Amino acid sequence: MIWSLDFILLIFVVVCAIAAITVKDLLSAVIILAAYSFFMALLWAAMGAVDVAFTEASVGAGASTVFFIAAVFKTTRRAKG
Amino acid sequence: MKIFQLLIVLLTGGLLIYGMEDLPGWGDPSSPPSIHVSPRYIEKTVEETGTPNMVTSVLADYRSYDTLGEATVIFTAGVACLLLLRKDAP
Amino acid sequence: MIVQYENIIIKTISRILIPFIQIYALYVIMHGHYSPGGGFQGGVILGASFILLVLAFGAEASQKRISLKKLTVLASLGLLIFSGIGLVALLMGGNYLDYGKLPLPLESIPKIRAMGILGIEIGVGIGVMAIMITIFLAIASYETEGKND
Repeated sequence: MIWSLDFILLIFVVVCAIAAITVKDLLSAVIILAAYSFFMALLWAAMGAVDVAFTEASVGAGASTVFFIAAVFKTTRRAKG
Repeated sequence: MKIFQLLIVLLTGGLLIYGMEDLPGWGDPSSPPSIHVSPRYIEKTVEETGTPNMVTSVLADYRSYDTLGEATVIFTAGVACLLLLRKDAP
Repeated sequence: MIVQYENIIIKTISRILIPFIQIYALYVIMHGHYSPGGGFQGGVILGASFILLVLAFGAEASQKRISLKKLTVLASLGLLIFSGIGLVALLMGGNYLDYGKLPLPLESIPKIRAMGILGIEIGVGIGVMAIMITIFLAIASYETEGKND
């Protein structure tokens, strides 16, 4: 586990998390959430938990993104307020 | 109201970080989970279950009740989605 | 959302890509003893390949391969394989999910346990695949009353 790589990944995770809750366009929020999942998977892999990283990459960045996009297309694309 | 929400978030985050201080360090070989049951899994996995990947053997053999519960949870989620959102839903 | 979309690039690329995704998913399920992976991850990847099929060719055109009725049966079958293996172990005189008691023609207990692990990984894979496609089809075929803005 390299200290500087971990630090950069953590910064990306925090930036993605804050961006996902502040952006008004819900489709963009879903894509940013997928990016968050992917950075999280990289972080898990850097910590040596390869199985968890695999699950995070396939479920968080793959399947749940598709579900969210389907739900956004069925409801509305703009966040209220 | 926004200030109140921000205060609650900061308070919760501070409490979590304060509680995190008492956790054992990352990969600490003398932490309680590393000295109690992990060595047995590491030593006996291949001769007991024949699978070199310890994660798979723990998930599917030693702790297979957990995996059964996980599969049941996913099944229930799918059935609930189907009942709520199907075209001819009651 | 799922309408017949005449886009030759998407259709051709999916036609080429889907078999490789499915082969990789089967590899992840079957090779879970030796490398990262297992039933859950492989099932999700297998489900994602079918979701790609639905996205590229439309729900009507892919009705022949995957329908909600078949998927319900598959999801139940996956959980039935899992709990059935545990029940067989129970009937053969062991504890529930004690794979060492499974009646398999193998010479040693560890090999029988490895086969039991493989069996439940296959069960979990089938169940998770069916549930993933079911949730997607349920969301995508939901009718909203003109609220699409």
